[in-house]
Amino acid sequence: MNIINIEHISKVYKVGTEEVHALRDISIKINKNEYAAIMGPSGSGKSTLMNMLGCLDTPSTGVYDFSGKSVSQMNDNELAKIRNKEIGFVFQTFNLLARSDAIHNVELPLIYAGVPKAERRERAQQALIDVGLQDRMHHKPNELSGGQRQRVAVARALVTRPSIILADEPTGNLDSKTGEEIMYLFNQIYEKGNTIILVTHEEYIAEHAERIVRIKDGLIESDAKVLKRYIPKLEKISEGEGI
Amino acid sequence: MRSIFFEFKESFLIALKAIRANKIRSILTMLGIVIGVTSVVLMTTAIKGIDNSFQKGISALGSDVLYIDKWAWFSNDEWWKMRNRKNIKMEDYEKFKSLAKLPLAVAPVTNARETIKFQDKKIDGVFLNGSTYDYLATTNFTFDQGRFYSEIESKSARYVAVLGSEISKSMFPRGNALDKSIKIGGVDFKVVGVLTEQGSFMLGSFNPDNQVFVPIGTIFKNFMNEHNNTITINVRSRTPLLLEDTKAEAEGIMRQIRGLTPGTENDFSVNQQEGLMDNYNSVVGVIQIAGLFITGLSLFVGAIGIMNIMFVSVKERTKEIGLRKAIGAKKRAILGQFILESTTICLMGGFVGLILASVLSLLINRFIPTSIEYGVVFLAIGVSLAVGIAAGFAPAYTAAKMDPVDALRYE
Repeated sequence: MNIINIEHISKVYKVGTEEVHALRDISIKINKNEYAAIMGPSGSGKSTLMNMLGCLDTPSTGVYDFSGKSVSQMNDNELAKIRNKEIGFVFQTFNLLARSDAIHNVELPLIYAGVPKAERRERAQQALIDVGLQDRMHHKPNELSGGQRQRVAVARALVTRPSIILADEPTGNLDSKTGEEIMYLFNQIYEKGNTIILVTHEEYIAEHAERIVRIKDGLIESDAKVLKRYIPKLEKISEGEGI
Repeated sequence: MRSIFFEFKESFLIALKAIRANKIRSILTMLGIVIGVTSVVLMTTAIKGIDNSFQKGISALGSDVLYIDKWAWFSNDEWWKMRNRKNIKMEDYEKFKSLAKLPLAVAPVTNARETIKFQDKKIDGVFLNGSTYDYLATTNFTFDQGRFYSEIESKSARYVAVLGSEISKSMFPRGNALDKSIKIGGVDFKVVGVLTEQGSFMLGSFNPDNQVFVPIGTIFKNFMNEHNNTITINVRSRTPLLLEDTKAEAEGIMRQIRGLTPGTENDFSVNQQEGLMDNYNSVVGVIQIAGLFITGLSLFVGAIGIMNIMFVSVKERTKEIGLRKAIGAKKRAILGQFILESTTICLMGGFVGLILASVLSLLINRFIPTSIEYGVVFLAIGVSLAVGIAAGFAPAYTAAKMDPVDALRYE
């Protein structure tokens, strides 16, 4: 079964008196354990599509089924629940809580899921270990490098064992070396069986995925397998490095 | 049910964290509530204290005592009408006493103000109460030292005096007033008794604590001309229930003594405590409402401060709110988080205000009587809670309604 089944969705925004057709007619299917990238220039609608995929917004028309459930009809609370349990976000600007330490940041989705304290702690700790930050659990974001912050964000995305990881320009605020470390991390996550959707405008980053969906002017231009995938060749993730 | 408690607890922890993160801002915001609660509580305790004092003072006048005077305590009549009434004389009193059957005690009273001196201590303008030995029975006085002047001392106008507790404290701080010779208006008197504290603070000079009691004859001999002045006749009924009957009898006798024909108005007044109480209650009621309104305003200002700061806080944390929603926080979680934040600040402010008000009321108790009651504590807490929820609601709702996409994009 497809995790994501989108059929002929469109999205229209009202900006003042103008109507903006962010998405015109989009159909996508994404399976379990796929590694897909969505590419497009500014204004192509890729951000809007990402918001749809992430259940942050609902389409104006069309069908969006997530693991068989119809998302397009859901109310705010139901969408929140799906986001909490099924989707792991990774943002370009990390979006960590500045006044909380790493482990509390990672715990956050579990708090909203109603997971009791002891289990929460344990899972958060494990998630941080999985991304190689076992020695940074009680550091606050301002005590961490950019790469480390993004790793905390990845741990937070993984902690709820979501159906998909949705990453919006995850390396956009990182230098190339650190960016590569994060892409290595994503690859590991993919190889462990997760489903990853990457949104980027960089060709090089997109080619880490196995499939690229190109968008332009609210329509899909192409949707094809990557011929030569770029697989990062780092031996291990270095801790405390990558400024 | 358990999950609601869980959500509440988590929202509370998030709220606490936010308050701690911005300590100075939180304290300044709290200050508005502290001042508001302090003033409301202080005003309430002061009013209650004054009220208690007044009640005590008024009841010291005795709910079973009549005061027959040419003056009325409360009257719609013109002052000059009363002024022109005949004075009440000692012979009126003598006749009254022999004719009245119902009263427990009848005593004539006249007043003067004189300076009293003992060695190096002096008090000017002391209120002298001149009466007979019957006077004691018209009061509820108890003695700290000694006794009241006796029948013989009263009849022969001996120079003996009974001191009120405050007078005694001032003149004899070590408490050894008995048998001492003091000068009243230059005349030597011997102290034969000291009263216990009557505690009716509000009556001022009329407070027995500040008076000196002497046989009426001594006043007429030295300080006042008997024939040019009017006296009051104090009448105590046997029981409070008999008061009305005693009053009726007293009126009848007075009319007879004063030679009033049927149909003419009384040329005297029979005063009692009851009128005073009603009058007082209406006055206090107005003061209470006015006072509460004014201090309530300051609380209102504090609430506005909280609402203002919460709006700023919400705006500042737009991105954070967007993130929380993206990870799955429901509207009510965001709403709860911010309402709890404002309510916690208010409760803390209310608590501090309560403590501050308690300390202050103990301090000002030297000047104005205050009385702290449990009701006031609940008032302070309840008000803080209500203000916190009300002031926090609008900002919290704004936060809860935010679109996560827009919020995340906010710079």
